[in-house]
Amino acid sequence: MKDRFNLYRFASPATFYPLAGRLIPWFTALAVIFGLAGLWIGMLVAPTDFQQGEGYRIIFIHVPASWMSMFIYLVMAFWAAIGLAFNTRLSGMMAQALAPTGALMAFISLWTGALWGKPMWGAWWVWDARLTSELILLFLYIGYMALTAAIDDVRRADKAGGLMLLVGVVNVPIIYFSVKWWNTLHQGSSINLTKSSMATTMLWGMLLMALCFWMYSIAVALVRARSIMLERERHTDWAKALLTGDEK
Amino acid sequence: MLKIVTAVISRDLKLAMRRQADIVSALFFFIIVVSLFPLGIGPEPDLLRKLAPGVLWVAALLATMLSLPRLFADDHRDGTLEQLALSPYPLGLVVTGKVIAHWLVSGLPLALIAPVLGIQFDLSVDALLVLTGAILLGTPALSGIGAIGAALTLGLRGGGVLLSLLVLPLYIPVLIFGAGAVDATVAGLGGEGHLSLLAALTFASLGFAPWATAAALKIALE
Amino acid sequence: MIYWKSFSDFLAMGGYGFYVWGSFGVTALIMLIEPIVAIRNQKTLIARLKRQLRAEARADQRNTAV
Repeated sequence: MKDRFNLYRFASPATFYPLAGRLIPWFTALAVIFGLAGLWIGMLVAPTDFQQGEGYRIIFIHVPASWMSMFIYLVMAFWAAIGLAFNTRLSGMMAQALAPTGALMAFISLWTGALWGKPMWGAWWVWDARLTSELILLFLYIGYMALTAAIDDVRRADKAGGLMLLVGVVNVPIIYFSVKWWNTLHQGSSINLTKSSMATTMLWGMLLMALCFWMYSIAVALVRARSIMLERERHTDWAKALLTGDEK
Repeated sequence: MLKIVTAVISRDLKLAMRRQADIVSALFFFIIVVSLFPLGIGPEPDLLRKLAPGVLWVAALLATMLSLPRLFADDHRDGTLEQLALSPYPLGLVVTGKVIAHWLVSGLPLALIAPVLGIQFDLSVDALLVLTGAILLGTPALSGIGAIGAALTLGLRGGGVLLSLLVLPLYIPVLIFGAGAVDATVAGLGGEGHLSLLAALTFASLGFAPWATAAALKIALE
Repeated sequence: MIYWKSFSDFLAMGGYGFYVWGSFGVTALIMLIEPIVAIRNQKTLIARLKRQLRAEARADQRNTAV
């Protein structure tokens, strides 16, 4: 019973808002530290790839961005499921706070994929299964954001957006496999990425960059979550106390 | 149980018959879009035969989109939808009925007219048969998935555009297997594999979509 | 430790400079602009909410005075 109580207290915006405020600098600092370390190893220390030359260094942002874009969508769907099942206020806010970062990660993944593809495959864009799925993921992010933005009632926006996320999560694997299958049918394996065994330094660089992207996403999402929270809770006592307290 | 589904179907069909112009215009939209492509890309039969499956399927997706915003909007406006939601029957069954009725007036006509349009693209008889079969098998999935989007965007400003933004990405598997079936037949590989996958998609979405749609409708009606 | 022989070597990226720096540059730009926009939105939101709160307080005062 006591645990339940604590959990609810933690999930209430009044406690979450200041907690998030204290956490943001830490996540920012971690993002900077991991980023600098990752860039140091990836850009300065790691040797060249014998097949792809120096062009392979795009991997240090391309792969982390792709991972984050997929991971953020899953986290949003997780929050959506919690929100729909337990009717919690916080979950919808978290999902909405994460969406723009996820969409930007998908965009970064596509952008760097194009810049990587041009020298490696000779084309800015190929209808590779992974690239195509990433593009569709971006569409799903945009659809989610457009839907939540179009609904004025925040409760309905949260729930409708959550349902859309769950439908998307069911569909993403189906879309991925159908695109993959379509791709092998049309293109064969000619454009497969070379699977050269990665040197340990490269792996470390990529891991550090992934951690950097992760911390960065948490930090920005928390900033956005705080804004959403404050706006929605502006009539509650804690928000009023906070807003008038700052003035003095 | 089944009675409520058939009752909803016959009611929706009756309503649709009163507005035959809507059905006909969606059908003509399909015909016009498909006929525009040869004018845009040239009359070479080889090229047209290669493009036909994709063109016909994309046009079918767009034509289905046209009638989706109306799926729940009219019932929502006159309060029928709330009555249906309050009725003792599961809302999912009501939605199943509405989805089937929607398919009968939007998907079925497309399947019937598609072979005629396929002739414009110089498709062989085999390919025309597979095309008809694929559209027959695939369009119920389009109505089902589309119903989720229609329920989510119910009563929103700019609902129609938003609806296509939400639903079109989810239509991709149907497009791939639908066009793939015709493609494979044209290439002489046989489209059975694609058709069975398309049937699987349709059954899965007809099982899953009505319940998701019912949940979305409840959210919209709250 | 450091792999590069000279700074110009580093910039050239073995002929892939445009692609590598194009990727890193745009990513860095996005990761700079996104937090700035988020923080600025937060600031304008707080300012707006404070204004609203003050306006409501004034309206309350007037109502009780009358």
